[in-house]
Amino acid sequence: MGRTSIFLLSAAATMLAGTLPALSAWQPQKPIEFVATAGPGGGTDNLARAVQNIITKHKLIEQPIVVVNKGGGSGAEGYVYGKASAGDPYKVIFGTSNAWQQPLVSKVAFNYTDLTPVAAMAQDEFLLWVKQDAPYKNAGDYLKAAASGEFKMGGAQSKDTDEVLTRMIEKAGKVKLTYIPFKSGAETAVQLAGGHLDSHVNNPSESLGQWRGGTQRPLCVFSPKRLPQGAKVTATEGWGDVPTCVEQGLDIKQYEQPRTVWLPGKVTPDQAAFYVDLMKKVQATPEWKDYIEKTSQVDTFLTGAEFDKFIKEDLEHVKQVAGEQGWLVK
Amino acid sequence: MDNLGELLHGFSIAVTVPHLVLMVVGVLLGILVGVLPGLGAPNGVSLLLPLTFGMQPVSAIILLSSMYWGALFGGSVTSILFNIPGEPSSVATTFDGYPMARDGRPTTALATAFGSAAFGALVGVILITFLASWVAQVALAFGPAEYFAVYFLAFASFVGMGGAAPIKTVVALAIGFSIAAIGIDTVSGSVRLTMGVDELVKGVSFVVAVMGLFGIGELLVAVEEEFHARAVSSKIDWREVFRAVGRLPRHSVALLRSAAIGCWMGITPGGPTAASFMSYGIARRFSRRGRHFGTGEVEGIISPETADHAAGTSALLPMLSLGIPGSATAAVMMGGLMIWGLNPGPMLFVDQKDFVWGLIASMYVGNIVAVALVLLTVPVFAALMRIPFVVIAPLIVIICVVGAYSVSNSYLDVVMMLGFGIVGYLFKKLFYPLAPLVLAIVIGDKAEDAFRQSMLMSKGSLGIFFANKLVTCLIVAGIALLLLPLVLQLARLWRKPAAPATAPTAQEKVII
Repeated sequence: MGRTSIFLLSAAATMLAGTLPALSAWQPQKPIEFVATAGPGGGTDNLARAVQNIITKHKLIEQPIVVVNKGGGSGAEGYVYGKASAGDPYKVIFGTSNAWQQPLVSKVAFNYTDLTPVAAMAQDEFLLWVKQDAPYKNAGDYLKAAASGEFKMGGAQSKDTDEVLTRMIEKAGKVKLTYIPFKSGAETAVQLAGGHLDSHVNNPSESLGQWRGGTQRPLCVFSPKRLPQGAKVTATEGWGDVPTCVEQGLDIKQYEQPRTVWLPGKVTPDQAAFYVDLMKKVQATPEWKDYIEKTSQVDTFLTGAEFDKFIKEDLEHVKQVAGEQGWLVK
Repeated sequence: MDNLGELLHGFSIAVTVPHLVLMVVGVLLGILVGVLPGLGAPNGVSLLLPLTFGMQPVSAIILLSSMYWGALFGGSVTSILFNIPGEPSSVATTFDGYPMARDGRPTTALATAFGSAAFGALVGVILITFLASWVAQVALAFGPAEYFAVYFLAFASFVGMGGAAPIKTVVALAIGFSIAAIGIDTVSGSVRLTMGVDELVKGVSFVVAVMGLFGIGELLVAVEEEFHARAVSSKIDWREVFRAVGRLPRHSVALLRSAAIGCWMGITPGGPTAASFMSYGIARRFSRRGRHFGTGEVEGIISPETADHAAGTSALLPMLSLGIPGSATAAVMMGGLMIWGLNPGPMLFVDQKDFVWGLIASMYVGNIVAVALVLLTVPVFAALMRIPFVVIAPLIVIICVVGAYSVSNSYLDVVMMLGFGIVGYLFKKLFYPLAPLVLAIVIGDKAEDAFRQSMLMSKGSLGIFFANKLVTCLIVAGIALLLLPLVLQLARLWRKPAAPATAPTAQEKVII
């Protein structure tokens, strides 16, 4: 291949990839570590391993990739590790919005500003779930019942996304809910199936098997419009059949959990650009589409100023909820 | 008998040449990761996971579950030979396995462990085969209060046993609970007891704690006490492997009881670790030779091993049918299921019959392959005991250091592991029991979470622990186990001065 064709190819790739140059000045020279800020088997871990798998399969980089799990302290272990590795471009941290939410509510030794943001790669949706045989057919019925009884709402972790959403529901629906934190969404789903809880706000993938198995069903989705139709989950319904919460009178327009990718602080712009570009390439593969579909997430790609804006907005919002609840740490 | 037909179909999937090869490879890899402490089954399985993405789901799960069986067996090897448990669930095996091996009977100890482990696994698989749907329902009945009751039962079966003064047991438990509390608290979300060390936010890894407490602690004691005469002249005798396995049926009561405890804990899901501890504690209390436990008793090996494997096997059932993993390794496999495009949950048994029954059939075959392979390796492992102490001691230190580091590539873990070594040494010297300490480190935070979740649900009323039959039975059984030694002791005291002593004892129970 001549120089010209390489130039043409890279020019084509640049156009395909969008704004950033496809051939970054920086290239990795040694193995790369993917740090999943969750234990093996969780959503964040699955993302890190899916990305690793796609990169290896398509030979997107020459260097091998190792996935390590640092999920201790609700993910704080991984972020602290990222902070301690400042300037090291061979560590990529995979997390969620708790990169900026956690430091607000607990005394962890990091903040998202200690890390270099790369991108938000996928959005996980939230739904309101009840037990299959619960009497309420829609969110309105649910709120009415919740107003007169003491409802138990389950969720993963404390003062994290699930509890923030629970408090938002309380405010929007003028009800009082008892929030019970568990270790993971899967555990919460089983507790609902067993009738120990009245509801939870799991992501689609966390309750997919349970919905199909007829132990619980979604009432509404916290999204401005209905989810894409996709394949049917149960005999009669798919994700697209779930109404939005706003439709049903629960006025929470949008609540999503981004899956985020970071580098340690103090890396050069070249190095950050390399990974932004790499993640874009990952996102263009059919395997990525497959991953998104199987985990029922929404494909998205926020980077640079857009990503910053997203973080700032989310931060303001969480700060407000956390402030009202008296969660903020000094 | 639908299940039997499905099972036969499953065998036709599992017993094919490629799948048998996968089983052998999986088991061998599993033994390897099980023997190396710090690596362990969960890490081993997650390392292997990416390789399975291109496979058929059924082949992939056969490979991974075979590795799991291998690792469960391998984990017992280091517990018995060097007092270093490779897995949390093989800690209880060290209590009698290690003294027996040190007495020059490593072959007997290993063969007994493997034989009873295989029995436990077999009972677990049979349970899965015939009671799959019923078992799934039982697990659903477990809310936070029931979980707490199960953990309480595990503690109760262990507290008050052992020769140590009760107050020392309480001190050991308290230290264990404080170590378990380090890191982020699930219920409040705040950071606890990190003492300004940022990295401690992740909590203290169990592996780091036991490698120090048992491996290094034991080494320090050995260096001091029996430095010169340590090389064990163990005779390696093939026939002893078969003799030891052949003697197992004599302990059928212990085998059956432990298998029952294991299955129950695997399903509920208290997990293999709680199962093995509980089984050991109960065996010690009810065995005729209970007071010899800790010096190399056969039943002291049988009980935890059988329960561990019965629980490890039956723990796969809640994973498949409910999507709750009963152990760390099951959690990794569940991640794998999602990546292969299968959704664990009640529908898996309906939608993916080939997968589910192929897996269940492979559990029978895989365990037979595993036990055959490990029994073959017994003489090799037993020969390790012949290596002189001056050679083996530095090796143990190296294994512990590398093992601690590899848990999360952290230097702090190595330092902590050595610190735990000193704690282990002090415990031994001052006659404090290690078992309650380890039990509290392993299930202390789970018990705490379950208790506080229950309190949130009941708005602070203890009545939730007596709210239904299931939880009441568990709690009452726990309290009974807790008070039994006390009552027996009081009864003995009363009997000496005067005969009619039963009534006051009952009152005493209420006061306590």
